[in-house]
Amino acid sequence: MKEKLEQIKAEALRQIEASDALEKLNDIRVAYLGKKGQLTSVLKSMKDVAPEDRPKVGQMVNDARALIEARLEETKAALAKRAREEQLKREVIDVTLPAKKANLGHSHPNMVALREVERIFVGMGYEVVEGPEVEYQDYNFTKLNIPPNHPARDEQDTFFINPEVCLRSQTSPVQARTMEQGKLPIRMIAPGRVFRSDEVDATHSPSFHQVEGLVIDKHITFADLKGTLAEFAREMFGEETKVKFRPHHFPFTEPSAEVDVSCFKCGGKGCRFCKGSGWIEILGCGMVHPHVLEMCGINPEEYTGFAFGVGLERIALLKYEIDDMRLLYENDIRFLKQF
Amino acid sequence: MNTALSWIKAYVPDLEVSAQEYTDAMTLSGSKVEGYQCLDNNLEKIVVGQITKIERHPDADKLIVCQVDIGARSVQIVTGAPNVKEGDKVPVVLDGGKVAGGHDGGPLPEDGIRIKKGKLRGIESDGMMCSIEELGSSRDMYPEAPELGIYILPQDTPTGADAVEVLGLHDVVFEYEITSNRVDCYSVVGLAREAAATFRKEFHPPVVTETGNEENIRDYLSVEVEDTQLCPRYCARMVKNIKLAPSPEWMQRRLAASGIRPINNLVDITNYVMEEYGQPMHAYDYDLIGGHKIVVKCAKDGDEFQTLDGQIRKLDSTVLMINDGEKEVGIAGIMGGENSKITDDVKTMVFEAACFDGTNIRLSSKKVGLRTDASGKFEKGLDPNNAKEAINRACQLVEELGAGEVVGGILDIYPRKRQPVRVKFDADKINCLLGTEIDAAEMKQYFQMLELGFDEEAQEVIVPTFRQDLNCLADLAEEVARFFGYDNIPTTLPSGEATTGKLSYKLRIEEVACEVAEFSGFSQSMTYSFESPKVFDRLMLPEDDKLRQAVTILNPLGEDFSIMRTSPLNGLLTSLSTNYNRRNKNAKLYELANIYLPKSLPLTELPDERMQFTLGMYGEGDFYTMKGVVEELFDKLGMTKKVHYDPSCGRPYLHPGRRADIVYEKQAVGYLGELHPEVADTYKIGERTYVAVLDMPAVIPFADFDRKYTGIAKYPAVTRDISMVAPKEILVGQIEDILTQRGGKMLESYQLFDIYEGSQILSGYKSVAYSITFRAKDHTLTDDEVNAIMKKILNGLQGMGIELRA
Repeated sequence: MKEKLEQIKAEALRQIEASDALEKLNDIRVAYLGKKGQLTSVLKSMKDVAPEDRPKVGQMVNDARALIEARLEETKAALAKRAREEQLKREVIDVTLPAKKANLGHSHPNMVALREVERIFVGMGYEVVEGPEVEYQDYNFTKLNIPPNHPARDEQDTFFINPEVCLRSQTSPVQARTMEQGKLPIRMIAPGRVFRSDEVDATHSPSFHQVEGLVIDKHITFADLKGTLAEFAREMFGEETKVKFRPHHFPFTEPSAEVDVSCFKCGGKGCRFCKGSGWIEILGCGMVHPHVLEMCGINPEEYTGFAFGVGLERIALLKYEIDDMRLLYENDIRFLKQF
Repeated sequence: MNTALSWIKAYVPDLEVSAQEYTDAMTLSGSKVEGYQCLDNNLEKIVVGQITKIERHPDADKLIVCQVDIGARSVQIVTGAPNVKEGDKVPVVLDGGKVAGGHDGGPLPEDGIRIKKGKLRGIESDGMMCSIEELGSSRDMYPEAPELGIYILPQDTPTGADAVEVLGLHDVVFEYEITSNRVDCYSVVGLAREAAATFRKEFHPPVVTETGNEENIRDYLSVEVEDTQLCPRYCARMVKNIKLAPSPEWMQRRLAASGIRPINNLVDITNYVMEEYGQPMHAYDYDLIGGHKIVVKCAKDGDEFQTLDGQIRKLDSTVLMINDGEKEVGIAGIMGGENSKITDDVKTMVFEAACFDGTNIRLSSKKVGLRTDASGKFEKGLDPNNAKEAINRACQLVEELGAGEVVGGILDIYPRKRQPVRVKFDADKINCLLGTEIDAAEMKQYFQMLELGFDEEAQEVIVPTFRQDLNCLADLAEEVARFFGYDNIPTTLPSGEATTGKLSYKLRIEEVACEVAEFSGFSQSMTYSFESPKVFDRLMLPEDDKLRQAVTILNPLGEDFSIMRTSPLNGLLTSLSTNYNRRNKNAKLYELANIYLPKSLPLTELPDERMQFTLGMYGEGDFYTMKGVVEELFDKLGMTKKVHYDPSCGRPYLHPGRRADIVYEKQAVGYLGELHPEVADTYKIGERTYVAVLDMPAVIPFADFDRKYTGIAKYPAVTRDISMVAPKEILVGQIEDILTQRGGKMLESYQLFDIYEGSQILSGYKSVAYSITFRAKDHTLTDDEVNAIMKKILNGLQGMGIELRA
């Protein structure tokens, strides 16, 4: 009996050692440990063993079984490992083959710039609002302190629809519309299309975009205007950006200023970009003219405010170094893809 | 406005600044300097020389050899210039020096031209004699310079002196950008006043002295102003025994620096005073003034008038004219007439310095189609108090220059003298507005520098009439800010009530639309809001189509930009066409922009501006790709109801078999389809092109950003597949309507998994197969329940002539 067991064991171990596939191990398991397997049949033949020897033989059978099982498991693990290794080797791919992209579309550079402007001002508590593009001249001019026949009406090269209506030449009419609603305080920006009769060339377009800003509250000062726009400039053009306020004239603000930022290409040293001056003009601004406040139903003795207007294309052209404004309206996908 | 620094310094004698310092300081105090030009740029080692001897060049016919005395020594210079003779004094650039340009007067090289000692045809030449062009100027500015050849200096010029100095070229010309409110700064006197205040120097304006002989102008001329609103002031003075001659060099140089070509003493004086005082002047030949009378009155409708440039101008009754006793002699403030213009034979002349209504001049100038330096100044609204000073200045110059004999007296029609404005001064309020703590005394000092008066008792600033821009406290605040320095004002952030930063609801939805479009591969485009009326034909719109009712621009850039678009398609199709033309294989573009639908024409109110979300593409993708984008957007906007597509939309620019209105909750919210091949041809897009347009105002009411979680199903679903044969014209949309209507609450979803036409299927029919999923929220569905629902569905389908397929 013992010899038989040893023989079975040795044979099983030999077969395990010789097997090179998981299925074969399974066959071996069935052949030796299965219901009809050789070890099992030894157990079945226990009735032929003398009762006193039975525990011993049983022990031997169990030991053999344990050994075979252990060896089976070991071999199985080793084979599985080898198989996995082979699989991994087989599955090597060329990682430099082209990517499968979702081919996302791209935002227009104007929009990229606008989103940035919006992000900055929304963060400072400004609401983003809109106004009509075809506008009453009353809003585009009169309520902005540009009465009929004022020379400034000519300066803006306005497109007219009829004696009352024009295409807005600036986003400033949204100031008047917002103030008229009478909800104070006001902190808003108003982005949008504006129109001026400039022939199309590398630096002009008859249709472009501005972002208007307006703050009305008690105790708003010119210093607040400076601080706000300095903050904007740093966020928009980088932490190191400096701003310079130059006196200027707009009919609807007083005092008024034009704002230059230190050139974000050369940091102010002077380069081709800033035409050697180290500064780039980016916007116009000022304290809302008391007459404008009055015309819009706000008491200038109680409230003050500031307003500013930024040309979106100007920022987009400067920031992304686009050298021809026409590119913005051609919509060549090779251009748009870069934003 | 261009002005030489030397002219400014004439009134601010203590001003000692570099060109850059001047530029920066003036710009920061509000007189923006756009740029400057140093007239002595690249002029080095140039002295006055006298030619002592001229010999012929032994080996060249066209060259001569000159010995030139340059003071300390003599140099030999070979030249080809035809105009020099022995004894001439000339500018000489020495060996190692520089000149600004070539003799041909072309564009000046950036670094000038270095002159070195050398040999010309074997003869040594040590330097060069200069033409005015080589000195960086031109005959326009130096009319006495010869057309070709060396500039000859006056005989009394000291030999060896700095020739650049002698020619007045050690000067800087500044170009200013003057804002429209600062009429006073369109003059040298005004700018000098600003410069004096900016640099805290004394301001010495020109001192105008009494002029004129014993005679009285009233004995020669009378002036009558019919409309004193349009002509608040009219001054006239006379000069007789005129001696026309070139004006002196100093005057020529100053005018030249301002970009005005010197002509003769009289013309130059009028131009000089216009620059100096900002007051346009006009001169009439007295002998051509009929009746020796000047009448200022409006023209009559239909009048025609020949201006001194020879052009015939059409007039109407709003155009103010200068008449003599018999006829019109000038368009007031714009241009004089051919019939009274000064010629070289003039003996006696009349100076006019008037003040005309700015608005009227501006409108007249547009009407007659003529804008002149003078009208440009009048338009801004001049100070009538300036006119007399200016005309007296002109007469003073006439005497100084010996250009004629000034007749005594002045004719001055000025019925309502303009008085200074008074503005209440309140230092606290100014500080409140600026966010500063500036002393009241300091503010008053700024006012004084600007020649503003101050009434201590009333605490009022007395604003002289040349400062028409100062009317309220905010205006005074700007004056304070300018001279305190914008730079010195602190920077703070607004305090006060906090506000919520946010986008409007509409803009939030538009942002989602952009995201969906871009995630679907569409790039954002921007196109013009105005276009050509020909677009309607290109889109094959019928003659009576409502979209042809467009808002028209009165003064467009041309017909191609003359109407406000009523459809967003042309812009996008034009961009697709550009891409196709440039051989971009695939193009997917979108735009979010308005169309403008008039509520009535002619407009009685503003048009309806409707934001359109427009998608267009060619290349990869098809109708269903487009449809997918639309439905993705609806998903993102929380529009979870079934979207319907109505193919009977009849939009003529779309392929008749491949187009549909997009219907949500029974309302058309947009359309999509393949572009009609005719239209694609018109736009020269050689591929199938698909478009989708969503009318955002129609979409927005359905959008909903609220989300509510519904539990993930606990009970199993039952799926049934059905295959059917349907008449070809039945749309799967109709089948799906039956599924939805009859599927009831248990219907979870359905999926079209096969659609087929061809052999095996009777012609005129198609095979359609759906996988339909049912599920109950609260129990496992039984076969009986599902069978009952399926039966209802099948009955419905049979009612449409659809048969189940075996």
